Amino acid sequence: MSADIKKHSNHIDESHSHPEPLTYFKVAMALIFLTALEVMVFYFEWLGYGIIPVLAFLSIGKFAIVVMYYMHLKFDSKLFTYVFLAALMLATVVILWLMALFGWFF
Amino acid sequence: MSDETTTGLNHRKLLMWVFLGSDCMFFASLIGTYLIYKGSGVPHPGPVDVFDIPTTSVSTFVLLMSSMSMVFAYAYLVRDNIKAFRIWMISTMIMGATFLGFQVFEFSEFYFHHDLSPQTNLFGTTFYALTGTHGLHVTVGVIWLGIIFYSSLFRNTVTSKTNLDLDLAALYWHFVDIVWIVIFAVVYLFGTFTGFSAS
Repeated sequence: MSADIKKHSNHIDESHSHPEPLTYFKVAMALIFLTALEVMVFYFEWLGYGIIPVLAFLSIGKFAIVVMYYMHLKFDSKLFTYVFLAALMLATVVILWLMALFGWFF
Repeated sequence: MSDETTTGLNHRKLLMWVFLGSDCMFFASLIGTYLIYKGSGVPHPGPVDVFDIPTTSVSTFVLLMSSMSMVFAYAYLVRDNIKAFRIWMISTMIMGATFLGFQVFEFSEFYFHHDLSPQTNLFGTTFYALTGTHGLHVTVGVIWLGIIFYSSLFRNTVTSKTNLDLDLAALYWHFVDIVWIVIFAVVYLFGTFTGFSAS
């Protein structure tokens, strides 16, 4: 059985579970649009502090699109999603905690 | 996925996701350090003095396009279209190298025209540490893709049956892309907004 495992360990047939190239192209266009929007919003001085949630929302959107479609988490096993999300949440907590410790929020 | 493993998943791929998770923590510590120290100590030159958003927007665009190119390379390899796979691989590597070129240009501008070195102030130290580490990741990615391309061209060992090798490299490449998405927003866009600092 171990020989079988070795034989198959380098081969994953995902050709049917992954999107078509056209979907990847559409995703790329969405990413370009969101980046252009980010840069545009950056020059809207009248937004004031409102720029922070807007840019954060746009960046999280881009991040999620790449992870779901280009990194295939939307189509792969949920275990991969759990492993990555757990680390991502911990990383976010570390950043927020450091910011709190150094007087960002108080 | 039909691999006979204890999880039912390919362990190399699971290990790659665990590695990417650990790399998230690594970058979180660098981003956190940048945020808490960027406004401390010697104030100039600071983010507002040195950042050139239009130039960085172009390099961001190039890196995003390299991710699209990467998924195309993978999609064509899975479909056994080796010629198209090689074209998209070259395209990905060129865009990765272009991004690195932008970074070298940016660093030299900061160093020679704004007198910003890692020793100048805490902003310089944390900025170069964060973006330099990201640049190092991109460099490793370009080399990794180069090795796969070389194997495809001269050893014919890259086929649809061994697509996992490329899948793992692609995961790493996209990860480098998402880290830059965060850096571009937090360091560059938020960085030049004066209201974004410790109270």
